[in-house]
Amino acid sequence: MRLHHVLAGAVAPALSLAGPAFAEPLIWGFQAEQLEYRLGEGSDILAWDADALIGTDELKVVWRSDGEYALDEDAFEKLENQLRLQTPITDFFDAVVGVRVSTPAGPDRVHGVVGLHGLAPQWFEIDADLFVSDEPFARVEAEYEALLTNRIILTPSVEFELPFTDDEPIGVGAWGPRLEVGARLSYDVIDRAVAPYVGVHYERSFGETADLARADGEDAGAVYFVAGVRVMF
Amino acid sequence: MTRITRFRAGVLAAAVGAALSAAPAWAGTYDLTVDRVRIDTGAFTRTGIGYNGASPGPVLRFREGEDVTINVTNNLDQWTSVHWHGLILPYQQDGVPGVSFEGIAPGQTFTYRFPIVQAGTYWFHSHSGFQEADGAYGAIVIEPATREPFRYDRDYVVQLTDAHPHPGSRIMRNLKMMPDYYNRQQRTLFDFLGDAADEGLGAALSDRADWGGMRMMPTDVEDVQGFTPLMNGKGPEGNWTALFEPGERVRLRFINSSAMAYFDIRIPGLKMTVVQADGQNVQPVTVDELRIAVAETYDVIVRPTEDRAYSILAESVGRTAMARGTLAPREGMEAEVPALREPPRLTMADMGMAHGGMDHGSMGHGATAGDSHVMPDGTMMQGMDHGAAGDAAAGTHVMPNGSVMAGAAHAGMGSDSGTHTMPDGSVMEGMAHGGHRAAPADRFYAPGSGLTPVVADGGRFLSYADLKAQKPLYPERAPTREIELRLTGNMERYIWSFDGVKHEDAEPIRLQYGERVRFTFVNETMMTHPMHLHGMWSILDTGNGAWNPAKHVVSVPPGTTVAMEVEVDAPGRWVFHCHLAYHMEAGMMREVIVEGGPEGTAVDLGAGHGHGHARGAGG
Repeated sequence: MRLHHVLAGAVAPALSLAGPAFAEPLIWGFQAEQLEYRLGEGSDILAWDADALIGTDELKVVWRSDGEYALDEDAFEKLENQLRLQTPITDFFDAVVGVRVSTPAGPDRVHGVVGLHGLAPQWFEIDADLFVSDEPFARVEAEYEALLTNRIILTPSVEFELPFTDDEPIGVGAWGPRLEVGARLSYDVIDRAVAPYVGVHYERSFGETADLARADGEDAGAVYFVAGVRVMF
Repeated sequence: MTRITRFRAGVLAAAVGAALSAAPAWAGTYDLTVDRVRIDTGAFTRTGIGYNGASPGPVLRFREGEDVTINVTNNLDQWTSVHWHGLILPYQQDGVPGVSFEGIAPGQTFTYRFPIVQAGTYWFHSHSGFQEADGAYGAIVIEPATREPFRYDRDYVVQLTDAHPHPGSRIMRNLKMMPDYYNRQQRTLFDFLGDAADEGLGAALSDRADWGGMRMMPTDVEDVQGFTPLMNGKGPEGNWTALFEPGERVRLRFINSSAMAYFDIRIPGLKMTVVQADGQNVQPVTVDELRIAVAETYDVIVRPTEDRAYSILAESVGRTAMARGTLAPREGMEAEVPALREPPRLTMADMGMAHGGMDHGSMGHGATAGDSHVMPDGTMMQGMDHGAAGDAAAGTHVMPNGSVMAGAAHAGMGSDSGTHTMPDGSVMEGMAHGGHRAAPADRFYAPGSGLTPVVADGGRFLSYADLKAQKPLYPERAPTREIELRLTGNMERYIWSFDGVKHEDAEPIRLQYGERVRFTFVNETMMTHPMHLHGMWSILDTGNGAWNPAKHVVSVPPGTTVAMEVEVDAPGRWVFHCHLAYHMEAGMMREVIVEGGPEGTAVDLGAGHGHGHARGAGG
């Protein structure tokens, strides 16, 4: 039955063009949780974290892009694109499978993705993904929207990444985690489509990953002030 | 034509006896064009869809017994359809694309032909995509063949809608992306601090934890806010005006053509005598306020005696907006327009929690649990239990959560004593111990529901329980079959369904001609759903037996079970759905097939459900 649903979902986009009898409209949209300028001790950075999606209740195709472009170096510190298929498995959670392609300034990496995406009790938006390859790692992201008013929203977020093996060419040491913590204060200017924000963004690595950074002459941690705009349409 | 005539005879024989078939044969031809139109609400202008160049479309005036021919020309660049809401007619004329007919292609003219077998106030709208939400609606007034059991000097249609600056297709997409996209009444940090100050930090926290645990919002009363309510196409500033001479009786035909919004209607200074509900005469009941579900109609008669203006107010149930017009002896007059009342908050009763015995381990009875009159949600449950055990009326007042209920309690008491000021905690105590007799709460709402209607200016609020047919359409008999339908949904995904199955995944409901089917709706969601069956009357079980009223929309509030009975007297393919536009589109719909029927009327339904998707070309 489930498979039937998934297949039905997969062919739905094609059918929707066929004629007036098709029922449910296609769901599509774009959402940039982060689209921002990061101002810190080192190079300033342009960063984004955005999803574009299309599909049905039963199956969505999501293109997720996450990038950090260092302005001084004129190079991508991070450039990650994922193509993810998402299907509901509980009332509040979707299962995810997909592929991740990382193409920053350094060596490229390709991973398979298996994960969960959804809303945990108390309104925490959760992404939990396992990235599978010869250099596997796991990543958990959590985000919460605290309404100061109905338009002024404080969004704390946490991202935790744990590598299971060494991947020295990209500065990763086995079991040396990386942590990002942020808080962004936004104001909904136009509906929920455009919401400028300011905030802080902190990231640091631990363990062997941190050692590799220091050996490279970099800091293991950095704090940024950020200014950006949340976009959704 | 013979086929329709015979069909009609069948319907009538089962419905109202032979009386009407002797009515003189009128015939009228009407032309409708479906057009792109400009909609100006005063707050915003947008392009939308209308009829004969305007939204709302014209008022179609028919006569009972007339054979109507309606030519509908589609001037849009997309498919369209017209559904005659509440009219009893052959199913091919019902206007649901993919079920009744194909739809009306761009540039095409479709000719509807059907006999008018009823009288009263109805309306018409597109059944394709989101065209209705985008403005494709109009009113129908059917003059009765015989004299009505009430009199009036003036007659006005008052058609309400919730015009939104966003096109329907975009609203649907936004809701799918983010179900609270349009909810700007969510509880904030400051509300939390306020609650913590009023009820204690522990209570406020446990209340947030209860709702957060369910991942639901007590503020989720109106899915789509941000609309401008229109009265006959005019925004509040436009001030639609109906004229009267003092002492005249004025009939107001209220029609709620909203995509999503319910309204509480009142005319401060005037009593309203409800004479029709959904086009059918009811035993007159005089009220101060009434709630109109999406797609319902109510005809009321008012008698303003003073030479002054009266405001006609329709406040959305979520209290985000108020439609307003004026009854006035002369053009250009205005009466006072009061502020919106406090928005209601859903309670645990609306979550269906009231059924389960109420000992929620997870509900966090905190430090205040011993005091059943102070009311974080956990303790409110206790209050409810006490109420249920004792006096039903009291039970409905001791409850909900914080400020809202205080508001409710205030108004409820106001009708009796008028002068109570009541900060939250103390009020409840006062009520519970003081023995004030308040108006009994509407039993069509869950005991303790945050949505229970409360009259604004004192007096009586219309309840379904007040509706009694003037002259029953059908003889009373026991149902031959019962069908229970659970109203289900997933707010977070914005999926709506029956029994957990969306329309596109569901088999049609099959009924047999001649059955009397009792439908029982168990609302397991936290939203109110206006259920609409096409083609046959919905005899709402208001507890009035043979006088249960025949309706075309039955509103089912959260946490409640409502029953209706259907005399299955119309062969063919119909639909049954929630009339909230975005719930229907999200899957809260079924095809209904009536099999069998008198010879010559049964429809070939062989290939019927193969492509049974009732929505059309729309967005």
